[in-house]
Amino acid sequence: MTLLPERLKALHTRTPNRVAVTLQFAGREDVPITCDRLLHGAAAFARTLAREGIQAGEVVVLILQHSEELLYSFWGSILHGAIPSIMPFLTEKLSPERYRADLTSLISVTRPTVIVTYPEFEADVRSALTASDPVRAVILTNQFEPEGELSLDTLRGFERNAGDIVLLQHSSGTTGLQKGVALSHRAIFNQLDAYNKSLSLNEEDVIVSWLPLYHDMGLIAGFLMPILSGIHLVLMSPFDWVRAPYRLMQSISSYRGTLVWLPNFAYNFCAQKIRDRHIEGVDLSSLRAVINCSEPVRWESHRAFLEHFEKYGLRRSALQTCYAMAENVFAVTQSRLDGEPLVVEVDREVFMTERVARIPYDDRPSMKMMSSGYPLENVQIRILDENGNDLPDYVIGEVALKSDCMLTGYFNRPDLTEKAFRDGWYLTGDYGFISEGELFVSGRKKDMIIVGGKNVYPQDLEMLSYEVPGVHAGRSVAFGMYDEEQGTEEVVIIAEVDSEDGAEQQRIADALRAHITKNSAIALRHVKVVGPKWILKTSSGKTARSANREKFLEELQKVSK
Amino acid sequence: MSEINDQLSKFISEKILKQPGRAIGGDEKLISSGLIDSFSLMDLALFVEDTYGVRIEDTELNADTFDSLDQLSTLIESRR
Repeated sequence: MTLLPERLKALHTRTPNRVAVTLQFAGREDVPITCDRLLHGAAAFARTLAREGIQAGEVVVLILQHSEELLYSFWGSILHGAIPSIMPFLTEKLSPERYRADLTSLISVTRPTVIVTYPEFEADVRSALTASDPVRAVILTNQFEPEGELSLDTLRGFERNAGDIVLLQHSSGTTGLQKGVALSHRAIFNQLDAYNKSLSLNEEDVIVSWLPLYHDMGLIAGFLMPILSGIHLVLMSPFDWVRAPYRLMQSISSYRGTLVWLPNFAYNFCAQKIRDRHIEGVDLSSLRAVINCSEPVRWESHRAFLEHFEKYGLRRSALQTCYAMAENVFAVTQSRLDGEPLVVEVDREVFMTERVARIPYDDRPSMKMMSSGYPLENVQIRILDENGNDLPDYVIGEVALKSDCMLTGYFNRPDLTEKAFRDGWYLTGDYGFISEGELFVSGRKKDMIIVGGKNVYPQDLEMLSYEVPGVHAGRSVAFGMYDEEQGTEEVVIIAEVDSEDGAEQQRIADALRAHITKNSAIALRHVKVVGPKWILKTSSGKTARSANREKFLEELQKVSK
Repeated sequence: MSEINDQLSKFISEKILKQPGRAIGGDEKLISSGLIDSFSLMDLALFVEDTYGVRIEDTELNADTFDSLDQLSTLIESRR
């Protein structure tokens, strides 16, 4: 079996009435979707694409929230042989103008022929279209073909080849450079074969997820993997989860969930915000693994989570880790579920200055690092120095990987695809080291900041800051600062202004917070407005982010002392 | 009602915005402006529950239910 549609068909033939997905909506009854219902809904959407003259191999952009329609249009696109790509939905805080600009930019790179959305969102979508883009149809959810007799054999998705692109995942990139990660049927099956084995996935498993489907962890671990493996998926909306994180625990308990994936901040978030009265009677003993992935993994976050939920039956052995990226479909490494991820104590100073993970002697300051597990059986990992030479264990270098489940390429961006590889090895841009065969991810080469699992780029935030009156181009700097309490990074922006007047600086700081919050994925809190000559520049006049970060942290320490 | 406004304002500026002293106007947009981000909505709901004994359901934590201190304090008054 080499194609996703063939797998869907086989699962349907074997167990048409098995519940494939349970969709949860806050304040409503759960919606069980059987294999039969899933295929009927998807086939109806495939007919909708045929009606609109959409061809196999064309890209379908889905702008839908957590819903049945999202499920059917995603799988329906695949049954039709078209390439679905899920786009984040507009959030309450984001400025509609910014969203439209992002959408226009995405369309110019991804070149979809059709966009699917809600009737109430049609005007916004249409206003993002331009005369030169290839979009031929905007399909609204009330224009889907009705479900009918299931005749899979006429669907064009069965005529595709294993090496054809089946879907696009979004990978982060700075504004205007968003990348669609193109994945083939073969790459997805190779990932699932290896990852299922590493997890010992079996028919008794139940995956519970609130993760957004425009993110690789949500799309693969919390959507494709369970559906294509014939495993029950209980899916709720990230929008509902963030307002009521206890719903995740209730769902695990009522559906006997066995596997959950969470970004690191969610361990802190759940431990801090879920009160006992929210989860009275909840039983978490069914969990085989709670897998920490997509942000730097922290032992302290695991400990807080365990302390909070142990009395609800959570087992210590369930706390696991993974290192993943869209370019490898998803998982690169996974800790062994019959053990615990290795935690090592390293000398803090040697780690920072010599880039080596060494066990501290005497009472030297140390820090705990937790591994992200072992490479999947189809993945090879190397740790490289700047010249591409292999580094020994415990020495920090760039993580490079090779596997049989790599991306076909960044969609319509051969230039970026070529740059991402060296001699057939994919350069991840992450720093790490190996110890006893386990990978420890220790930092990033690129200036990206990961805030609550969302990737943001300091250069984008700096560009936005220049739009605020009083802030001049080239005179602000953005960087990430790890927040121990929240278990994730926080963004800090420092802007240098002409005025030395405190009230005026305060006004600019407020304007910066409001503008960046409305025009980016983050809610900005830490803003420092300073007088002239605060920001450090390199000899070539460029802003040195890490030097300014150091300066800011030093000043912060002085204040707290 | 202004007392509730003051208490809410103090909680939001100190605990959510981490800017003690930042005054929040009674009609200033809270949710649609992103001043209170989605990760902090639950903190606000827990504070309201602990302080006033008024429960705000998670399905109500959006700008349609309240988007300013005035609206939130009216909601609290109506449920006390």
